[in-house]
Amino acid sequence: MIEIDNVHKSFGDLDVVKGVSLTVNKGEVVSIIGGSGSGKSTLLMCINGLEPIQKGNIRVDGVEVHHRTTDLNRLRQKIGIVFQQWNAFPHLTVLENVMLAPRKVLGKSKAEAEALAVQQLTHVGLGDKLKVFPGKLSGGQQQRMAIARALAMSPDYMLFDEATSALDPQLVGEVLDTMRMLAEDGMTMVLVTHEIRFARDVSDRVAFFRNGLVHEIGSPDQVIGNPVQAETAAFLKSVK
Amino acid sequence: MFDYTFQWRATLRALPDMLAGAWVTFETAALSMIFGVLIALALTVMRETRHPLLRGIGNGWVSIARNTPSLFQIYILYFGLGSMGLHVSSWLALLAGITFNNAGYLAENFRGGLKAVPDTQVRAARSLGMSAFQAYRMIIVPQLLRIVFYPLSNQMVWAVLMTSLGVIVGLNNDLTGVTQDYNVKTFRTFEYFTIAAVLYYLIAKAIVATARLMAWRLFRY
Amino acid sequence: MFSTGFSWNDLLFLLNGAWVTLQLTCWAILLGTFAGLLFGLLRALLPRASLPLAWVLDVFRSVPLLIQFVLFNSLKSIVGLNISAFSVGCIVLGVYAAAYFTEIVRGGVLSVSLPLRRASRSLGLSFFQDLRWIVLPMASRVAFPGWLNLVLGVMKDTALVMWIGIVELLRASQTIVTRIQEPLLVLCIAGLIYYVMSLVVARLGARLERRWQEND
Repeated sequence: MIEIDNVHKSFGDLDVVKGVSLTVNKGEVVSIIGGSGSGKSTLLMCINGLEPIQKGNIRVDGVEVHHRTTDLNRLRQKIGIVFQQWNAFPHLTVLENVMLAPRKVLGKSKAEAEALAVQQLTHVGLGDKLKVFPGKLSGGQQQRMAIARALAMSPDYMLFDEATSALDPQLVGEVLDTMRMLAEDGMTMVLVTHEIRFARDVSDRVAFFRNGLVHEIGSPDQVIGNPVQAETAAFLKSVK
Repeated sequence: MFDYTFQWRATLRALPDMLAGAWVTFETAALSMIFGVLIALALTVMRETRHPLLRGIGNGWVSIARNTPSLFQIYILYFGLGSMGLHVSSWLALLAGITFNNAGYLAENFRGGLKAVPDTQVRAARSLGMSAFQAYRMIIVPQLLRIVFYPLSNQMVWAVLMTSLGVIVGLNNDLTGVTQDYNVKTFRTFEYFTIAAVLYYLIAKAIVATARLMAWRLFRY
Repeated sequence: MFSTGFSWNDLLFLLNGAWVTLQLTCWAILLGTFAGLLFGLLRALLPRASLPLAWVLDVFRSVPLLIQFVLFNSLKSIVGLNISAFSVGCIVLGVYAAAYFTEIVRGGVLSVSLPLRRASRSLGLSFFQDLRWIVLPMASRVAFPGWLNLVLGVMKDTALVMWIGIVELLRASQTIVTRIQEPLLVLCIAGLIYYVMSLVVARLGARLERRWQEND
């Protein structure tokens, strides 16, 4: 499980995360919603150690992420992350993009990695685009490739940082479907998202972030359907 | 019209020697590029570190290479090293001078190229569990190569043209050196140097064509 | 402390050489800029018709400058033209600069996007008005760094005119070295002068660029 314990994070003088505590249990899907600048994406980047924290700690399966003796490379094998900008490696084909980390980080043989990559890519619906370069794919397809690439490492946790925010509206659906499929398969997921309806459908819990803090947290029906806090209600109204 | 008779046939007999000289020219330029790229890579790393001495050396090298004439750089290596007791041949001074110059310009190109590779690529690579070294080797460097390929091939053409300066420090077996030898013996300046010019032009064009071919094969995306 | 044969007179001699360097650079850049502007516009606006021009200019970029000096010098004797070595230097450097500047101007003009020019023509501006008020101002901002680099490049290439007998900075330093046999010292001083000249030009250019950017 992921334990976020009273985490504070700032960029210079700007305090972005001001004391967030959150636990994500195995098999849970937790969605984080909130306005821009509320600290949601930053928190996600802290979970896999891409960003340092100033106070508090984050533990993944008991391992403290920001401890100086922690092997971050090892830890990151267990945590998959999908960014808003898919960050495809442009000089590798779709298949090579997905095969690279299993080969070079997990040490799998070329044949093993290829079979694994083909399986993951077919799973996300890109089975016919294996030898294509990412530059030739649509945003939605590249994002699905990014998901397959993260999944190929067999992570225990998947983090999604506004995975559909940069996509054209008609391409959002295909990525959400892929994410829904993952959730139904039982993956532990933390989603930062603007897709409120999706969050309500798919999550076990929803957290509303405001000003670097968890303002309200609970079941989807509760937080989205019947929010307790006025600010939560105001936010939900503004994005309808 | 002219008070001068052109003697092309006689001068064309020098072609074999000049072609041999052209080969020396090409070899020298190629060597200077290989060393230049290696040093430029080192300089780029040095300029990105936080260590002030390394940063200073890196920046200093690039600054001097780009703000002083290449002939000056060759001169100071030839005469300067000589006065310190190290005896350098003209060829070695030429090679060292061109390499010094190449390294400086290429380091600047590499730095620009590095900036052009989005650092979100490093993020994505590290998030998959790759070490910093793996991320640089497999993700950053290939993309960097594509960006700097055109400047690299340009610099190679530059290097070939720069070898002509060897004659000023006494080099006599590169293309210009050989041409000058013939010139001094026969005073047929115009004919010999025209042939040399044609040969340089052909070499330059060959390099550009080869580079374009390589780019087409290497960068299919 | 440390004695040297290098005197104040020698420094003056070097500075004189530097002055020759600057003069050569100025004339060459003048010639190169005007010709380059003309050729660059031709290349950008009439790409196919000006293709032969492109080939000719390409020759000047693919042959060593040293050889260009020698060839022009010998051509001058053959044709019987009676001009000074200094003029030869300026002309050759000027043509060389023009060959490079053509490409820079072409790049700058082409960087002004078609939609923008369509917008200006739709407002009723004539071809030349569009050129004068829209294309050229924008193109010159894009071309300026390239032009500045060319100026610095030409300044360094002036060192080659020593081969045709002009006493510019590097040749001047050689003369002194022959006399006092301290190559490292003299060359370092000459190098310093080159370095300073280069930095000054670059700094002035940066200031000009910044002033342009403020007004945008």
